[in-house]
Amino acid sequence: MLAERGNIDFLVFECLAERTIALAQLEKLKDPARGFDPRLEERMEAVLVTCRQRAIRIVTNSGAANPHAGAGVIAGIARSRGLRGMKIAAVTGDDVLEHVRENAGDYKREYPELATIEDRIISANAYLGAAPIVQALDRGADIVITGRVADPALFLAPLVHAFRWPMDDWPLMGKGTLVGHLLECAGQLTGGYFADPPFCNVPEVADLGFPIAEVTADGSATFTKAPRTGGLLNVATCTQQLLYEVHDPHQYVTPDAVADFSAVQFSQVGPDRVRAAGAAGAQRPDRLKVVVAYLDGYIGEGQLSYAGPNALARAQLALEIVLQRLKRAGLSDHELRGELIGVNSVIQTADVTSSPAPQELRIRIAGRACNQRDAARIGDEVEALYTNGPAGGGGATKSVREVIALLPMLIPRDSASPRITIQET
Amino acid sequence: MKLHALAHARSGDKGDVCNISIIVHDASSYTTVASYLTAERVQKHFGSMISGPVQRHDLPHLGALNFVLHGALAGGVNRSLALDTHGKCFAALLLDIELPHGNAPVISSP
Repeated sequence: MLAERGNIDFLVFECLAERTIALAQLEKLKDPARGFDPRLEERMEAVLVTCRQRAIRIVTNSGAANPHAGAGVIAGIARSRGLRGMKIAAVTGDDVLEHVRENAGDYKREYPELATIEDRIISANAYLGAAPIVQALDRGADIVITGRVADPALFLAPLVHAFRWPMDDWPLMGKGTLVGHLLECAGQLTGGYFADPPFCNVPEVADLGFPIAEVTADGSATFTKAPRTGGLLNVATCTQQLLYEVHDPHQYVTPDAVADFSAVQFSQVGPDRVRAAGAAGAQRPDRLKVVVAYLDGYIGEGQLSYAGPNALARAQLALEIVLQRLKRAGLSDHELRGELIGVNSVIQTADVTSSPAPQELRIRIAGRACNQRDAARIGDEVEALYTNGPAGGGGATKSVREVIALLPMLIPRDSASPRITIQET
Repeated sequence: MKLHALAHARSGDKGDVCNISIIVHDASSYTTVASYLTAERVQKHFGSMISGPVQRHDLPHLGALNFVLHGALAGGVNRSLALDTHGKCFAALLLDIELPHGNAPVISSP
């Protein structure tokens, strides 16, 4: 939709959540040709021809743990569609696992936790800044695919490239970072995650249009969305997204600048058009954030529903039975959590007895275990309630998942060496 | 009256920290909300659900308060045993807080 109707110069796909790279790394270990975002092919199949026709350049972090393989896949799709002479750049160098391992002794002084997880580490990736993407665009790349890059940098890079912004102009970097921060969650700027009818109404959420930033060389930006799409773009949606995952709005730390959003102001300049002004920035930090992902045991879970008269009492008895049996089975040292979905699973402090009797509710028991067998026991005990528990439990589900936990660290900037590889179709 | 009548909100996670933005529908409610909704009250509202301190950042020109809740997510999204590991529901939970008195409810339409 953005490619077809958006009248845009750059299309950005931000696709990596915090632990996605670790999952991709595990996939790459199984198959060296994979390890990029599993939806990369689908997305590129959808936009590549249109982007080529309209001279829209693409920037994406879909490379995850394997940007080279991702670039190869894109090249294959381009060739199969007869798109010749396309330059596809892979940005690597965010993988700093070797560096972290080699210098683990030093890092343990600042991060003592490293000692206990050292033999369980899956991946360590630095959040790179915009510079390598800018270089790839300067070298004529039509598509840039990266691994871990700070999300706003994906959007800042095309601005630096197009306007020749000096990357030590901190106020400009701050303004470009604001653009990236507002765009990076896509629909969350245009009415997604906002509707609360009738207090906050959003039209046609099912056809939510994604946001577009119109940026000028001085860094001022107007936000809009593709025509004839659903959603809503106003001062309220922009204000929510401005503060999304932000702590101190004076200091939003990225590899390219410490952006200052504290004086940002929004003005509605047309239907679904909002102008943002007032972002500032200070010098970038000397160190880069790294996320170390490691294996951290298993979480087992089971759920079962109760409904009708006295459902609450039967559900509470069910919880007691399962917890008692898990303790007897030797899982008493494990972290266990029993709760009632619909009563106190989100509001842990809810007073179960004072609420009106629920018509239906669902028990949930989750627990941490060192091995898969103990984790599976939790769901099995919930399932056993079918025949051995209180009357009328229904709809048992159980699951076991391997936990990938994260340790954030800071490393010297020059410990990561970004590299660019360009292939042409 | 609940805060929900005067404001909208969004929460997000970073590690074991949850932030909640509270944004008033109408600028005239800002003083009422800002004077009642102290960091201490927010901490008390969540009670044993959070272990760490709460900080508040004020953005009066946006009609917004940004609360940063430490030790709020049972170790963070990847380790937590909770159902809502991200604390995405926290924003709505804070809108449930009862205000002593104040302005009439505001309904905003696009």
